[in-house]
Amino acid sequence: MGTDSHSLSRRNLLRGAGLIGLGGLITGCGSGFVTGLAGVGAPKNTLSYWNLLGGGDGVRMIAMENAYQQAHESVALNAVVLSWGNPYYTKLSLATLGNKPPDVAISHLTRASILARAGLLEPLNPGELAPFGLTGGNFTPRAWDMAHTDGTLYAIPLDTHPLVMYYRTDVAKKAGLLDSSGNLKNLDSPDALTAALTAAKKVTGAYGGVVSINNDSATPWRVFSTLYYQLGGSVLANDGQDIVLDDAKAEKVLTFIQDLIAKRGLLPSSVDYGGATTMFSTGKAGFYFEGDWEITTFETTKSPFSMTAFPNVFGGTYAVQADSHSFVLPRDPARTDARRQEIFRFIRSMLDQSSTWAQGGHIPAWLPFQTSAAYDKLKPASNYKGVANHVRYDDRAWYSGSGSDFENIMGFAIAAVAAGQMSPAAAISDMRSKLALYANTKSPV
Amino acid sequence: MSTQAIPTAAGARTAVAVAPAKRRDEGRAGWGLAAPFLLFYLLFLIGPTLYGVIMSFFNSSLQHSGLGGFAGANNYSQALTSSDFWSAMWHTVLFTLLTTPPLVVIALVLAIFTDRLARGRWFFRLVFFAPYVVPSAAMALVWTWLYTPQIGLWDKWLSAVGITSPPNWLADPNWAMVSVALATVWWTLGFNFVLYLAGLQEIPRSLYEAASVDGATRWQQMRRITIPLLRRTTGLVLVLQIIASLKIFDQIFLMTSGGPNYSTRPLLEYVYDIGFTDFRTGYAAAASMLYFLVILAVSLVWFFASRSQRKGA
Repeated sequence: MGTDSHSLSRRNLLRGAGLIGLGGLITGCGSGFVTGLAGVGAPKNTLSYWNLLGGGDGVRMIAMENAYQQAHESVALNAVVLSWGNPYYTKLSLATLGNKPPDVAISHLTRASILARAGLLEPLNPGELAPFGLTGGNFTPRAWDMAHTDGTLYAIPLDTHPLVMYYRTDVAKKAGLLDSSGNLKNLDSPDALTAALTAAKKVTGAYGGVVSINNDSATPWRVFSTLYYQLGGSVLANDGQDIVLDDAKAEKVLTFIQDLIAKRGLLPSSVDYGGATTMFSTGKAGFYFEGDWEITTFETTKSPFSMTAFPNVFGGTYAVQADSHSFVLPRDPARTDARRQEIFRFIRSMLDQSSTWAQGGHIPAWLPFQTSAAYDKLKPASNYKGVANHVRYDDRAWYSGSGSDFENIMGFAIAAVAAGQMSPAAAISDMRSKLALYANTKSPV
Repeated sequence: MSTQAIPTAAGARTAVAVAPAKRRDEGRAGWGLAAPFLLFYLLFLIGPTLYGVIMSFFNSSLQHSGLGGFAGANNYSQALTSSDFWSAMWHTVLFTLLTTPPLVVIALVLAIFTDRLARGRWFFRLVFFAPYVVPSAAMALVWTWLYTPQIGLWDKWLSAVGITSPPNWLADPNWAMVSVALATVWWTLGFNFVLYLAGLQEIPRSLYEAASVDGATRWQQMRRITIPLLRRTTGLVLVLQIIASLKIFDQIFLMTSGGPNYSTRPLLEYVYDIGFTDFRTGYAAAASMLYFLVILAVSLVWFFASRSQRKGA
């Protein structure tokens, strides 16, 4: 009974599925599926470019790519965006090992040095870069320096993105924290920062400031390391084989953080990344501490806010945690000189569009723009441009850098201290024992 | 199972006439039909697994091609003496212990309840199964919002019933695992529920009629008929659930990243961290082989238990 109609519908279903599959195969032909299977590379005039830029950065990067494309019609730019962190760096490494690397890729400078050590990046020769203006004198010296590994240049910096201090102008004004010209008063001491947060808390009725803690190890690390660097400390030395954590300095910083958050409740002790931006944009907190990239979020929410350099709380030589985006050339034995020049032209075009890029809050590494009046007018993004040469990158090691387990180990312990779940001393011994495992492991790079 | 069922159903008319040669042809056709799958199975499961076994004896790195230097049993001894490995193993076991009993018991209770309904059964089947089709990423996002301190719905609901200082769900090391387990129970209950519901519908109604004629109460019927006849379903549900729980990665990775301060990091995330974040793929392979042994042990226990059960029945 009814078997005919059953088998008929099943057959139709299979037929439909087959058509869909075939359709996929045909459209796949155009997008490199077949070329990939056959081992044939993309056409010669294609420039493949990988990056990890999402959100507002992603939108601005696409605008920059489009401008490049319009100006260079003979080149077909093929940009691939992958989600940042492990998914990106893993694919970049494996594509390079598999001899199918992109022509040019974005890398954090802290990660570029690891890739360079692994022999996955091509060294860049000053002589071939000079015709494109890609010389040391045109870049933020601190970033240019970090772009070198073992004395060789491997990356072209695009920007520097430090930890910065966001503040709500409405809250700061009511709390009496603005001077006569409307700028934030100097908060360069533990007492001044504590007092400002206390005053802001009175105004908001909730919290003085906010920083992401839950399910986030990078942000706690950024705040801790900035304060710790201001005391002159380092965590790793000798390429990560030695742990040089200064217990007294670390304890001083951790105690200060715990005091502000868990003890005084000036900042919430339990809030995740999204929650932190929401609390700031809705006015439940007057200050917010994060990398410069959240500028787009608060411009979108139309919050009355401004940004400034993270204060020099401990008053030593100014230091602030940062990383940089940079362009790298993954190793490709088949790459010709003509191809390299095409890539350098592309990089130069991106740098020439630094005015677009800087809208995302990052301090452009390209000095011709960084020192221009146009950048000065870009507020609040240019307020903290002075820190570009005082930033500290993670101490070099095969296990450090943005998205690394070094930052996870440190950040998790710092977050536990901030939330009042762990004493500073316990956190320090926790950090030491976990880092020791890495310091004693032979580098896989 | 299904390969047996299809020829007997389709070939009922010709079954008598089937010659040995024809049967051989059918066997060949069967292999032919299975070949594409077998090829993929070999290429993407057996092959990589064997490669993983080999890799676990080498210092393989994500940053270098090839296997790297021979490490002997170093990777294994390092994993077995690493406190991080054992704490991750414990978190995986803890998650399994927290999720398996409720996922079996609640699924059974809900299935019995739904089975008893005279009408509207489809509605409850849909309601209880629906969360299961939600992708892990969406589920993690929704539950993270529910658990958000102060502004999350859980805290709102709890304060409405007088609990004004609720636990700090995902951020308290003592509560984080419980919170993830709770979300998981809601999320995956539907699968066990459907298995139980199918098992219940297999039980002949006449048994219950006979029992009630003999004066058995509802409770006695449940204890003497329903539960014993569901024994094989329970065995299946239990082993599938234990294996599913041991595979925990998605929810924890998305909701806590293994935190606060590594207090929820399961073994699979440990493998992910050392393999992808630290580039040490050889060591990661050794850790996953040890974990594979645990899953294998669980499966073997079920295999022998169900075999003796079948012999007994």
